[in-house]
Amino acid sequence: MYKTHITHQAYDFKTLRNLMAKATPPRSGDYLAGVAAANHLERVAAQWVLADVPLKQFLNEALVPYEQDEVTRLIIDGHDSAAFAPVSHLTVGDFRNWLLSDAAGTEALSVLAPGLTPEMVAAVSKIMRIQDLILVAKKCRVITRFRNTIGLENRLSTRLQPNHPTDHPAGVAASLLDGLLYGCGDAVIGINPASDNLEATSRLLHMLHEVIERYHIPTQACILAHVTTTLKAIAQGAPVDLVFQSIAGTQKANDSFGINLNLLHEAHAAVQELGRGSLFENGILGDNCMYFETGQGSALSANAHEGLDQQTCEARAYAVARKFKPLLVNTVVGFIGPEYLYDGKQIIRAGLEDHFCGKLLGLPMGCDVCYTNHAEADQDDMDMLLTQFAVAGGTFIMGVPGADDVMLNYQSTSFHDALYLRQVLGLRPAPEFEQWLQQHQIFNTDNQLQPLSDIPALFKPALQQLQASADEHQR
Amino acid sequence: MSINDKPAPAATPDPWHSLTQFTPARIALGRAGMSLPTRACLEFSLAHAWARDAVNIPLDFSSVAQHIQALGFPTLALQTQAENQRMYLQRPDLGRLLNASAMDCLRQSPSRTVDAVVVVADGLSSTAIAHHAEPLLALLLPELLALGYRLPPVCLVKHGRVAVGDAIAEHFAARLCIVLIGERPGLSSPDSLGIYFTYQAKSGLSTDADRNCISNIHSHGLSYGQALKKLLFLVKEAETLQFSGVNLKDETTDAALDDRQPSNFLLD
Repeated sequence: MYKTHITHQAYDFKTLRNLMAKATPPRSGDYLAGVAAANHLERVAAQWVLADVPLKQFLNEALVPYEQDEVTRLIIDGHDSAAFAPVSHLTVGDFRNWLLSDAAGTEALSVLAPGLTPEMVAAVSKIMRIQDLILVAKKCRVITRFRNTIGLENRLSTRLQPNHPTDHPAGVAASLLDGLLYGCGDAVIGINPASDNLEATSRLLHMLHEVIERYHIPTQACILAHVTTTLKAIAQGAPVDLVFQSIAGTQKANDSFGINLNLLHEAHAAVQELGRGSLFENGILGDNCMYFETGQGSALSANAHEGLDQQTCEARAYAVARKFKPLLVNTVVGFIGPEYLYDGKQIIRAGLEDHFCGKLLGLPMGCDVCYTNHAEADQDDMDMLLTQFAVAGGTFIMGVPGADDVMLNYQSTSFHDALYLRQVLGLRPAPEFEQWLQQHQIFNTDNQLQPLSDIPALFKPALQQLQASADEHQR
Repeated sequence: MSINDKPAPAATPDPWHSLTQFTPARIALGRAGMSLPTRACLEFSLAHAWARDAVNIPLDFSSVAQHIQALGFPTLALQTQAENQRMYLQRPDLGRLLNASAMDCLRQSPSRTVDAVVVVADGLSSTAIAHHAEPLLALLLPELLALGYRLPPVCLVKHGRVAVGDAIAEHFAARLCIVLIGERPGLSSPDSLGIYFTYQAKSGLSTDADRNCISNIHSHGLSYGQALKKLLFLVKEAETLQFSGVNLKDETTDAALDDRQPSNFLLD
């Protein structure tokens, strides 16, 4: 069925799963898994064959068996065939043509999202160039709310990530204040705790809650502990805005993370019950209260990729995410290391594929534009992905002091990086946060940092007191 | 560095520099326009260069061998099936398997009963091994002998991952497998060394859950003495319990946290 000839060479890809893997652009993780194309010609042959596959075929041929995988069941059982109707007659190749055409406007794409499966979206991405991924993603609009409005046109949000090697409160506060004074933090103030235990998580939850309350910051907090830890914190009455969890695209990989769909349902219900979001003008409660992280290669690293290529696996994780109407989804693209994404070129393409796939499926996609020191990548590569991601209408990026995460030992994007994007692309923060920044004279009305060399009045007392106690100590 | 110590006049410093006392994070970097000032930019490049070179500059194994031999211990030079650095980074599976000549080398080494093997692998940071392996072994090896342990030559493994130690331990029928390896370098800690300890290591069967790890051994992290103390504790416990891994907890106490810092100046 999945066959072709190129000159005198015959190619027979046997299964849709195999075809998808062979058609995927080169990536070290797929070589490691032994599923990648053997050479350029085989890859392109697979792309030709894939382009002729009807989108409907993805509803008939599950890449991971329905009986053995709850993610497959979620995808198939949750498919909206009415929404799918406008493109149901298309092949993968024609779907690409349609996506690039005027027919695929913002409204049409929003309505289509529940009719698409992760595999359809992954398939079309494999025959798209970077400019296609950018152009189509930019037409998608996904708006979410908790205490502010994320994802509006010409806006870019930032997660403030004030990690500290030992979760020391003053150390966290120092990075937190640095970020706020650089205009960062409207997506979420999110801390990766150094140790995943209940006590540390609760302490940090209370701290962020109190900071947000005291300084009236229109944003939300999240401690990126395991969902079971956060559930216990909720049970103890800790102030949880968003539940975090890393998720993957197969049941087996999620097992290895210690999660399943039932557990996520339980956590979603528990945090919705708290109802800590804002009431917006139109009477709507901000109720997007999940924060998910993903990344190509995570299933393979748990030896749970089920013969899938890592990009298809990643797209399937988005089916898990969209079930829970998250505020934010973050693809942590270069974190996992060069055995999955070898160099800047692979990281850049993966980041843009993930953004495209997530947006097409209706998710508020952010990207942790990042790399490790054993990958063939540097700041120039990150600048390319950062810029292209923002041009594509990416929802949010990370804000890490000086781009150096001193707890997780990798390089992400900095507060300065976000300001660079605001300058060159005119991107504004979420409106509620923008107003707060301007009100407290952190930003001027053009969303530039104020040219003054003094600390904004809002934070002056805290720093003055610190100075006073330091002086006291010296005496 | 020949960079002028004074901030360039075009860069704007941040008036909250005092907060740097609370965190090693790169805060209060100042700005040039709204971008990173030259100095902060070059400091980042410098740190990245240290970390990159740690990964990419090959370890001088003969120098490491000489240093260990000077301590009075013989060495064996082995290599995994990862033929080069590029392959090593992309194929973790090959970095866990010894190549044919390494297997020959092991077979030719005199077989006698041993208790523990000590393996030194370059891993992801050659500078970690170059800086820390010899001084650490100078403390560790005499301690092991003092405990009455019989040791084969110290095995030096090029392009090695942690699990390569399992095959070596199995070859010598050693109860204890101690692997020193260069860790994934952070921007602020390019030469960090890790020790992985496995009791009754089995090639292809032992997993990360069967190991105990002592990480972050470098000049701003764990000292050699602290690392040794932890390792000897684990060895002793494992000998009693007859297992290592997640169920063997490190109960040695770390230095007490610094309580002099204010709890949180944003909320005080």
